[in-house]
Amino acid sequence: MSGATRSLPVLLLQNTVSVFLAVIAVRANPAMGLELYLDLLSQPCRAVFIFAKKNGIPFQLRTVHILKGQNCSKEFLQINSLQKVPVLKDGDFILTESSAILIYLSCKYQVADHWYPSDLQTRSQIQEYLGWHADNIRSIFGVTLWIRVLAPLIGIQVPEEKVNRNRTYMDHALQQLESKFLGDKPFLVGQQVSLADLMLLEELIQPVAVGYDVFVGRPRLAAWRGRIEAFLDTELWQEAHGPIFNILEQMAKKTLPVPPPETQKNMLFRISKIP
Amino acid sequence: MGLELYLDLLSQPCRAVYIFAKKNGIPFQLRTVELLKGQHLSDAFVQVNPLKKVPALKDGDFILTESVAILLYLTHKYKVPEHWYPQDLQTRARVDEYLAWQHTTLRRNCLRALWHKVMLPNFLGEQVSPKTLEDTVAELDVTLQLLEDKFLQNKDFIVGPHISLADLVAITELMHPMGAGCQVFQSRPKLAAWRQRIEAAVGKDLFQEAHEVILKVKNTPPADPTIKQKLMPGVLAMIQ
Repeated sequence: MSGATRSLPVLLLQNTVSVFLAVIAVRANPAMGLELYLDLLSQPCRAVFIFAKKNGIPFQLRTVHILKGQNCSKEFLQINSLQKVPVLKDGDFILTESSAILIYLSCKYQVADHWYPSDLQTRSQIQEYLGWHADNIRSIFGVTLWIRVLAPLIGIQVPEEKVNRNRTYMDHALQQLESKFLGDKPFLVGQQVSLADLMLLEELIQPVAVGYDVFVGRPRLAAWRGRIEAFLDTELWQEAHGPIFNILEQMAKKTLPVPPPETQKNMLFRISKIP
Repeated sequence: MGLELYLDLLSQPCRAVYIFAKKNGIPFQLRTVELLKGQHLSDAFVQVNPLKKVPALKDGDFILTESVAILLYLTHKYKVPEHWYPQDLQTRARVDEYLAWQHTTLRRNCLRALWHKVMLPNFLGEQVSPKTLEDTVAELDVTLQLLEDKFLQNKDFIVGPHISLADLVAITELMHPMGAGCQVFQSRPKLAAWRQRIEAAVGKDLFQEAHEVILKVKNTPPADPTIKQKLMPGVLAMIQ
């Protein structure tokens, strides 16, 4: 086109066409927008899933079946070379670690304050809990799934001594949890549900799902769980916990996938780390 | 009373808190809690932190434990320079990501390296099998590689061109195996250069001051039986 001035109707038409084409481009490219790579058998994945759904955060769910070895695929290694879930992908931005993901989502989508309160002391107490959680909850409560389902799946029986030790660790952690963190409060930090409650609850669901109910004999903890369940709607609760609550039945019916060799290798390594 | 920080510079997270507070000119009363003397188990300290761990922060009636929480509290309350915990959402998320990752990886392996190589045998008189030590050093090695490949990469600091909480937490961890005599920087020029940058950013004097205790830890005389008995259960739980 020459440098001659275009008429207004032509300019409008050109702009409309550009916008139209841009919209088509966005809709046609499914990689745009938030993606969450999750396996709902995983505790931190469930926390992220529930959080995103409860807050109406639009995302594409990319299910990564660990037992089928999908976290070892070439495609997934591009997403996370550590082969772990959950992973968040927001355009080109890739983020791992569930607590980092939850905080990122909280801030980006400006969710209700109670999830990660702006009050400095309350927010610090959530971070305090998350720090303690990393050392005392994470990798302890999940062991129950390994003992009951995942190790047997590849023909391994975790020794009785380790099973008992795991129970002792769980008891000790729950004791500290109730005395230092929960006390007589309705939630871990303050009067409403926060990221901390979600992270903890999903860890505690793991033993429950395989028949070891950590809430029995712990009325304060059971009441806390009830409050969170009441806050989340039933449909969301069922959707998030479908796979994990189903796992014993799948094991009994022998419908669990046979993990591929590389996955089995990783599983053996993980099992060897059980204290 | 003002801000009180309950610390033992023997502990990695305590060093990070100490350096951060000093570097940012945050006024505080240092309350030293000597771990090797079992002072964290005392009635007085249990009043501060019933979990019997350092670091702990006391700000008036507000008590806070867990080093990451303490660092973030200080960051916001004292309005430190932005690079420590950047405003940009994605850069900040990278700091959060590192701080989350390091608990069960670098932190744990650096702690085990010190206790398996030096503290259990020398201080507590407990034999550690060569296989255990070998495994611990190997795991540390794997973690150091991850630090380089996944977190630091070719950047000056973990989340970009400026030092952040992530670097401070990481470097104070690496000085733990250094204190045990593991030369973690020797065959790792990238990490060595990154360490130099951190020392320059926080100030060499402050860095050295904070690490005096850990770098002399090999000279710690053996614990007497009473102390050993007191400390053993906690130590075993800690290095699990």
